Amino acid sequence: MQLPEKIIEKFLLLIALSSIFILSLITFFIFEEGIPLILKVGPKAFLLGEKWIPSKGLFGIFPMIVSSFWVTFGALLLGIPLGLACTIFLSELTPPSVGTLFRPAVQLLAAIPSVIYGFWGLIVLVPLIRNHLGGPGLSILAGSLVLSFMILPTIITISEDALKALPPSYKAGALALGATHWQTIWRVLIPAARSGIVASVILGMGRAIGETMAMIMILGNSVKMPTSFLDSARTLTTNIGIEMGYASGDHRQALFATGIVLFFIIMALNTLAIFLSRRRAR
Amino acid sequence: MIFKRTRYWTQNIAKFVIWIAALSTIAVMLLILFQILKEGLPVLHLQFFLESPKEMGREGGIFSTLIGTAALTLVAIAVGAPLGVGTAIFLKEYTRESKTSRMIRFGTDCLAGVPSIIFGLFGFVFFVIRLNMGWSILSGGLTLAAMILPTIISTAEESIKAIPYSYREVSYSLGGTKWQTVTRVVLPGALPGIFTGILLSVGRSIGETAAVILTAGSSLVMPTSLFSPIRTMSVHFYILAREGISMKMAYGTGAALILLVLIINVVAQWLINRYIRHRT
Repeated sequence: MQLPEKIIEKFLLLIALSSIFILSLITFFIFEEGIPLILKVGPKAFLLGEKWIPSKGLFGIFPMIVSSFWVTFGALLLGIPLGLACTIFLSELTPPSVGTLFRPAVQLLAAIPSVIYGFWGLIVLVPLIRNHLGGPGLSILAGSLVLSFMILPTIITISEDALKALPPSYKAGALALGATHWQTIWRVLIPAARSGIVASVILGMGRAIGETMAMIMILGNSVKMPTSFLDSARTLTTNIGIEMGYASGDHRQALFATGIVLFFIIMALNTLAIFLSRRRAR
Repeated sequence: MIFKRTRYWTQNIAKFVIWIAALSTIAVMLLILFQILKEGLPVLHLQFFLESPKEMGREGGIFSTLIGTAALTLVAIAVGAPLGVGTAIFLKEYTRESKTSRMIRFGTDCLAGVPSIIFGLFGFVFFVIRLNMGWSILSGGLTLAAMILPTIISTAEESIKAIPYSYREVSYSLGGTKWQTVTRVVLPGALPGIFTGILLSVGRSIGETAAVILTAGSSLVMPTSLFSPIRTMSVHFYILAREGISMKMAYGTGAALILLVLIINVVAQWLINRYIRHRT
């Protein structure tokens, strides 16, 4: 009787280690493919180079790093206020009947495939921007607008959890001191849930930087340093997504090297978010 | 009095702004769905689902892409679900908070944040090239299995956590072993929650494009084995739209995609509601 139980436990441990195992495999293979090229070109020329001409062996991804951050920054500009508003709406303002409709709607926002978002941006937002604001329409602005909606579910669900985790005495205490409901929300509840909310924004940022298909369809994909939100752009993810289909040799390795940079950014954001939400848990 | 009045004014304005923001979020979402469904629904006849794409997708329907999507999703769930549920059982039943469990949680959380294009790169170099599986259902399915793992783990953990401890105590007091308790008491009770997680993962697998296009390819032929390359619905939709092959077909495929994801999510949400109400 004892022996099988022990075996089962060991077997389950093995299964449980699978996510770490996969994560290590991902890290290993992306680095194995990408590092040789970074060393060949030189880390500085790769990260800070402004020319990406694979046929001439020029692999500089600086414009893409900058574009990635522009697009993400734009998405947060709209996504944070909107996400925070929806969070407050859900956890404090809405009557339960509206909440039971609103919550699944937020989940649905997360479930809509990114190609659908991209298509909508392409057929609705891009012409709108081209006709009213000028430029090619395929632009950072269009990408940011679409992304700000794509990151909402991440921001809303995690910051709502943070608000929910607060002791009820915070709210009761503030209200008992004569604060209005709004003062309680804005000066007591939100500041108290700060680290969780910041974690949600960081995870949203990770989603924005990592989004690929929608961005390929909307951003226009030209490799250049962005100078305005109406410029077309190519991000780290779209660079991989567009060229992976036909790249080979050094070119393909350069795409994996782009993946390494992306992976570093994402892992840094993830670790920060996990650290922040752990601190909250304590 | 003046002070009192201003703070209530502030409150009313703030609440008004928040209502507007929340409602416009939903409005934009409905607009997105509506604008695609409006053009796409008229394309959706039975024939559209039962005929394979012809002439690169200009004519015909989406039958082979439906088969491809189903096959890929099945592989992903068949591999991902046991791994995910196993992990959840280990985390919740076989260990307390420890260095190991913290490490596993960290790994799972990180995996959840890895962008799909990175999974695609990994799947391409590992499954397609190294393990020599080529662009195939198997390569794509295994890559997707890795992607859905965090969702399955967290939903399974939640539902296992919801089983009252007394159930386990009864099982132990009747002489049940740990494994008997897990398989005959804990898992049956946690089944609806686990199923919900699987359903959400199916939704994610259907919509995934970046990782799939790099690992399962985009070939339009009918799959014949696990090693066949395929084109899923979302990849088909992407190619139709981006290469401007046929806007009509793109709208149709997009509408089918939306309907599928919508149905899956409504069922999943219904299960969650029912399950939570059942619990409390």
